[in-house]
Amino acid sequence: METIESKKIVVPGEVLATGMDFLPSSGTFRDKDKIISIYVGLTNISGRVIRVIPLRGRYIPKRDDTVIGRIIDMTFSNWFIDMNCANIGVLSVREISEFVERGADLADYFSYGDYIVCKISKVTRASVDLTMRGPGLRKLGPGKLITIDSSKVPRIIGKQGSMISMIKEKTNCRIVVGQNGTIWIQGAPEDEMVAAEAIYKINQESHREGLTEEIAALLEKKISKNKPMQREGEEQRGRENHEEE
Amino acid sequence: MKRSDGRAPDELRKMEAKTGVIKRADGSAMFRIGETIAYAAVHGPRELHPKFLQNPEKGLLRCNYNMMAFSGSGERVRPSPNRRSREISLVTEKALEPVLDLTAYPNAVIDIFIELLQTDAGTRCAGICAAAMALADAGIPMKDLVSALSIGYLKNEIILDINGEEDMNEGATDIAFACLPRTGEITLLQIDGEIKKEILLKGLEKAKEAARKIADIQRKALKERYHDKNVA
Repeated sequence: METIESKKIVVPGEVLATGMDFLPSSGTFRDKDKIISIYVGLTNISGRVIRVIPLRGRYIPKRDDTVIGRIIDMTFSNWFIDMNCANIGVLSVREISEFVERGADLADYFSYGDYIVCKISKVTRASVDLTMRGPGLRKLGPGKLITIDSSKVPRIIGKQGSMISMIKEKTNCRIVVGQNGTIWIQGAPEDEMVAAEAIYKINQESHREGLTEEIAALLEKKISKNKPMQREGEEQRGRENHEEE
Repeated sequence: MKRSDGRAPDELRKMEAKTGVIKRADGSAMFRIGETIAYAAVHGPRELHPKFLQNPEKGLLRCNYNMMAFSGSGERVRPSPNRRSREISLVTEKALEPVLDLTAYPNAVIDIFIELLQTDAGTRCAGICAAAMALADAGIPMKDLVSALSIGYLKNEIILDINGEEDMNEGATDIAFACLPRTGEITLLQIDGEIKKEILLKGLEKAKEAARKIADIQRKALKERYHDKNVA
């Protein structure tokens, strides 16, 4: 009976464990007494459960995921949303938070090429239904859009949002992360660039440990180099607040 | 018997593999065996067009095998799809399908493009090896990798991974073979020429063993993409 260690890179068909002591979870399957990986990914062993987290891959729509999509088409009652995956999402007029009058032009609400934050309400073999009813679901304004692997999204967000809130805080940007790997960043142009660079770095090197510290250092360096002026301004503002107290 | 390039009968040509070679693809890989070089790019799962091909029960695996115009040994290869390349595209699909679960991609397609940059026999096998790596690199769930090689039967002897010169020999039997390296299940077997059943079975056993060696190279290449950055 052998087992592989946690956080090891494995490939499809690789035997992760032999014997009946372990249970196959996502990214693995059991063939007789062996547990085998189906992805190029990182192993994750918690207790008796073996899991493989894929390192790359297209987004597969799941219910209750918040995604960022682009309006690519519309009929008189639906919008069609490209979510950067195999299926096209359908957003019905009934599913948006505003009241839409009968016979209204849907382009007045969301037009071709608009990006929206929406939630997947239902996934069937025939279609992926979306909804805009819920907190934070809206049309996106001007900003920078970048795309990363959807499998890296949990790493971008971090434990309890630690990574993303750090990037937001350090770069002073508003960021929305879609589960499909599309990310919207809004802030000063230089800050947007720094935030995007940090996110790309995480995307590239998600399998490494101690990445949070590295990203923190990167942000610190870039931001202070970028704008010493604004940093001073910020400090002043800080001081003013202090005085008010 | 000494082979034309001095190899032992069951010795493979020098192999080389790399993943992530095509930036815009979802997954990509290069596989080189001797003078045969195959590049494979995987796109998808993505929406399937034309729409009438869409199947709500099952996704489609679509392969495109192509020998580049300059890839032959002298004469220019005409760039249009021909009967041979269509057949190879089809058998490549059939060789790769058993490791995928296409029911997970209703109405969608996984496209594989295989380009041969340089050819010296065994192109479909090199193509399958590259395509299997590209599929894994694209993050598509797979039961196993697929490893392929050619088996030859020349002058009453089984030889593995025949090269172009051996292939040209009068009376040479050329067998294209692909299998899942872990279980040894055969996913492709094409025979061009004549061979006795007993000899063929013996050859298949040898080929399965050799396929494991190829799989090791494929696995290493898939992991290498991530190992580089561990060092940095």
